[in-house]
Amino acid sequence: MAILEVENLSVSFKRYTRGFKQVKSNVISSLSVEVEEGEIMAIVGASGSGKSLLAQAILGILPRNAIVSGGIKYGGEVLTPPRQRALCGREIALVPQSVNSLDPLMRVGEQVRTSVKSGNAAAAQKEVFERYHLDANVEKMYPFQLSGGMARRVLISTAMVSGARVIIADEPTPGLDERSVAEALKHLREFADSRCAVLLITHDIESALKIADRIAVFYAGTTVEISPVENFRGNGEELWHPFSKALWRALPQNGFVPIPGSQPHPDDLPSGCLFAPRCGMASAECGEALPDMRKLRNGSVRCIHAT
Amino acid sequence: MQLEAHSLSFRYGKNPWLFKNVEFSVEPGEVVGLVGPSGFGKTTFCRILAGYEQPVEGSVTLGGNPLPVKGYHPVQLVFQHPERAVNPRWKMNKILNEAWKPDKELLDTLGIEQEWLARWPGELSGGELQRFCVARALGPETRFLIADEMTTMLDAVTQAQIWHAVLEIARQREMGIIVVSHEAKLVERLCDRVVELGRRL
Repeated sequence: MAILEVENLSVSFKRYTRGFKQVKSNVISSLSVEVEEGEIMAIVGASGSGKSLLAQAILGILPRNAIVSGGIKYGGEVLTPPRQRALCGREIALVPQSVNSLDPLMRVGEQVRTSVKSGNAAAAQKEVFERYHLDANVEKMYPFQLSGGMARRVLISTAMVSGARVIIADEPTPGLDERSVAEALKHLREFADSRCAVLLITHDIESALKIADRIAVFYAGTTVEISPVENFRGNGEELWHPFSKALWRALPQNGFVPIPGSQPHPDDLPSGCLFAPRCGMASAECGEALPDMRKLRNGSVRCIHAT
Repeated sequence: MQLEAHSLSFRYGKNPWLFKNVEFSVEPGEVVGLVGPSGFGKTTFCRILAGYEQPVEGSVTLGGNPLPVKGYHPVQLVFQHPERAVNPRWKMNKILNEAWKPDKELLDTLGIEQEWLARWPGELSGGELQRFCVARALGPETRFLIADEMTTMLDAVTQAQIWHAVLEIARQREMGIIVVSHEAKLVERLCDRVVELGRRL
């Protein structure tokens, strides 16, 4: 059963350019994605493709000038703003991308303890610090005294002790050395296996492949493909969308092949398929309307040419 | 013209030595990887090579002469976070032309669109900004380029795009490149030679 479902979500921002002139940027358009119980869904894609905004939309922490449409369901029920306020930090926890998210004026042990919702907070915090190889004296430190890698582990600890059922991890691994990355990923896997779910936002396809069950590929604010991890192999023959193929083949170990152009800007999106201007397969039909996600074998894809 | 570091040592104040007696050299046209665990002074080492920092002991020479202290620096450094390397109160056009006037051809190779020039840094994504930082560092007098985690924050397609452009320009101009990265596969793909910093040298 899907714990968290995002259906046809669109997010846009209205902002002023000069005087009273307003522009509307569509940062996320008709996006659908869902996470099942016991599953890790990885979200990979171009930088600026709206991955972090999706996390903010689920948690209800988007900036106030955001216009949101579409639905988000948690446990089968619509996640309304009051429910978001009640559940976020309890049932749904975030591992934020920026290490600046820690309170600079609070000792980190204290910060981790405040997110423990039941049981002995001090014991839970000590246990989780031990699991992440944070020395006992770290709990008395302030965030500025931590290295980037330590701060990252404190952020992960905070989500782990919260007793949440869904963790949204926004780039949890950059700045960590190899061993800590492997461990952080292993803990996310164990977390998912205990009948919870993880939404792993990352641009590191390698780590996503190690632990995720399915991968959603983002481009210009929407999903272009959702496929099981097994499809990401070889020369990308089993990937359906041209952008997923391009992303796979651009990895240093898979040919390092670039494609020309750049992702379209949110205030200036093309009318049809968002990838069409850079796509070798594009035809006149592609410029007509944004294709819908459709099922294809064991995944789904947003491309009219994929077979 | 070779870029050389002679028994370079550095520490901040009275702190323990970050590195001691490091010997390092890059030939023109060579691509060298610099790897090592975090906190072993890779970035500081790059900052010394690019003239941002003075070594406590040892010296850096370019073609046998000390690094210039005035004018355009022949060793250019591109940082990991482009948003921190540009002036947020300047439009992209001014940022791009800060050191020299890149021509249209270079902008096309790097995939910089004309329309971005009229924007503020805050309106562009990290990948778009990094292309400007690379273009800005590739002036005609640049002999060596240091890429300190230059594409770490970018997606694979943008990473491949920027690197292909940079390698092509380096080949044409006989420019040397130093690549600092944690990504073993990227270093393997790009570099002729890899130097490991952090082993007690």
